[in-house]
Amino acid sequence: MNNAVFSSRNMTEQEFFFGHKACAGCGGALAVRLALKVLGERTFAALPAGCMSAVGFIYPQMAFGINAIISTFAGTASMLAGMAAAARAQGLEDVHIVGFAGDGGTADIGIQALSGAIDRGERIIYICYDNEAYMNTGTQKSGLTPLGARTTTTPDGSVVGGSTTKKKNMFDIVAAHGIDYAATASIGYYQDYMNKVLRASQCGGTAYIHVMAPCPTGWGIPTEHALTIARESVDCGLWYLAEYSQGKYRLNQRPETFTPVEDYLRKQGRFKHLQSDDIAQAVRDRDARWQYMLTQWSDA
Amino acid sequence: MMKQQKYFVSGNEAVALGVQRSRTQVVTAYPITPQTVAMERLSEMVADGELRTEFMLVESEHSALSAAMGASAMGTRTFTATSSQGLLYMAECLHYASGGRWPIVMMNANRSVALPWSIFGDQRDSLSLLDSGWIQVYVEDAQEAFDMIIQAFAIAEDEQVLTPVMVNLDGFTLTHTYEPVFVPTQEAVDAFLPPYQAPVKMDLDRPLNMAFSSTPPNNMEFKYQQHQAMEAARPVIAQVEQAFHAHFGRAYGGLIDAYRCDDAERILVTVGTVTGTARQAVDQLREQGQKVGLLKIRFMRPFPHEEVARALRHARAVGVLDRDISFGYEGTVFTNVNSALIGNKVVPPALNFIAGLGGRDIGVEDIEKMFERLAAAMDGKAAKRVEFIHLGVATDE
Ligand SMILES: Cc1ncc(C[n+]2csc(CCOP(=O)(O)OP(=O)(O)O)c2C)c(N)n1
Ligand code: SF4
Ligand SMILES: [Mg+2]
Repeated sequence: MNNAVFSSRNMTEQEFFFGHKACAGCGGALAVRLALKVLGERTFAALPAGCMSAVGFIYPQMAFGINAIISTFAGTASMLAGMAAAARAQGLEDVHIVGFAGDGGTADIGIQALSGAIDRGERIIYICYDNEAYMNTGTQKSGLTPLGARTTTTPDGSVVGGSTTKKKNMFDIVAAHGIDYAATASIGYYQDYMNKVLRASQCGGTAYIHVMAPCPTGWGIPTEHALTIARESVDCGLWYLAEYSQGKYRLNQRPETFTPVEDYLRKQGRFKHLQSDDIAQAVRDRDARWQYMLTQWSDA
Repeated sequence: MMKQQKYFVSGNEAVALGVQRSRTQVVTAYPITPQTVAMERLSEMVADGELRTEFMLVESEHSALSAAMGASAMGTRTFTATSSQGLLYMAECLHYASGGRWPIVMMNANRSVALPWSIFGDQRDSLSLLDSGWIQVYVEDAQEAFDMIIQAFAIAEDEQVLTPVMVNLDGFTLTHTYEPVFVPTQEAVDAFLPPYQAPVKMDLDRPLNMAFSSTPPNNMEFKYQQHQAMEAARPVIAQVEQAFHAHFGRAYGGLIDAYRCDDAERILVTVGTVTGTARQAVDQLREQGQKVGLLKIRFMRPFPHEEVARALRHARAVGVLDRDISFGYEGTVFTNVNSALIGNKVVPPALNFIAGLGGRDIGVEDIEKMFERLAAAMDGKAAKRVEFIHLGVATDE
């Protein structure tokens, strides 16, 4: 199942997401663009309120070369499910029904619809592009904002400095449903990501991909650093590349040594205020998570 | 006339039969009293192979309508049903569906809205969403419920209209009451309602980006078109009813249904099943020589302002029975009727009767009391503009 099929050499030149108004260096836009290169033209996409729909569907400039629709913020998975039902009702075969939702649209307001769709075994691919905050409304804290991150609703104040809660573990939550296929990814490892999109499209059931997609604007990094910082999130061990299918978890990458968490955090404006204690906490959390994955995921 | 089979069914079951006969391709369902039985019957039809549809048991009403929109955007005939709290939970999607111009048909079992919790009937749920851009029709009996589900698809899917339709049935009094219903054969319904051919849909040959965002220079044009579509629905509703009558021999009067109004001095305006009780009261009063009449409003949107004004133009007093109250003002039906009267320069004294909230009975004697009030108003006596009928608590009157 893990034969790498997509690489920078054989990927299509065809574009299905262009002419949009995303900021320079936007990780989310790249995640959408690459996934559509894998899925191709027989694809129907739904995107909820969030940056990608906001930059892609400004009448009369439509940025998708495939069929695409904005869903309500909470309704990505349910709209996808309705589209899949209609495709069946009309006898449409060999089509992909894919959603691209942000972290807020997935882990917070859209989690109910996502859970229902997985429960029903809908034949949809749900891709969460995670930029760790509600970016479209100006960088507010979401359920996937990491501990300590400064957002406009978790400011770096004199009493409280940044987010006081940890990142929800969406991959585990989704896998706990017994979903057909789930994976984590990072646009920094785009080949891995694209091959996961391919496997998602071939799994014959419900698929979920959680892709780390940095937002230069909200993270306080130079626009040309989105890819490298996405790579570094994995290299320092705060993010990880994994898959789940048929009841089994698999780690795709097991770094011998991690790059320093501090280097990763210090490069980003949103973590500028962190003290050494905070960084030590982040390292402890990382180690605990890896301990968990390596021991609990027996097939890891 | 085509042969029709007689069923003895509840309002909910009549709706389920209508959905089946309409060859609905996608149905999304979530339970809520008193709508649930409609969904249970549809489930049974699917389980027994009597209904070939994509039947989706979703996880909320928001998702029920959201999934319906996805299905409709792909060009399939789509139905869902809800009530009360569920309708309110859908509120965002109601506006979304009408803005997207998706011809979804939805049954709403009219039920009170919490707090306090009540599973019993009034019309505060749908009337509070009058502005959500849906065509709203209120039916009086199970036959009309069956007939209107089929007509609703024909109206919604008309190219000039492309607007979703909400078919409202009073909770329990209609959803749970058994009546004979004549059901035409599948072939007969097919001849009246051909398969849905979406003029605009997501299509592999012609990919579309739908449900986009707008900017101030173009947003109003979309809203204007929505308004135009609702206006265009007026003649379409009449045409669909005419065609339905030609096929099946039943008609309901279009946007309104006037009863003994021609020479009436006092006319009561009603919406929904209470019309049956009011008709009885009118007959009794007529026997006593009183010139009273009854005006049933069938469609609250598009609102039949000209028809209402025409029906009421010779009345010397008009009463509006609202199973609704917009707190701090008056019943919503009353507001709409008054606006129609003033707009058409018909200005008899008009009184608002708030009744039947949360399932409170409205009896013939209550209706008679309303006509008494109208008699006083007609004679120029001072009357309360907005009166709660049949209150169980002492008031300051
Ligand atoms: C029901 C509802 N609540 C709130 C909003 C406002 N809103 C639109 S986009 C957005 C942020 C989306 O954040 P996320 O899902 O993380 O995507 P991103 O913008 O970061 O790409 C919010 C809060 C909305 N459109 N609908
Ligand atoms: S704010 Fe961030 S997520 Fe949104 S378009 Fe800009 S870079 Fe992309
Ligand atoms: Mg986000």
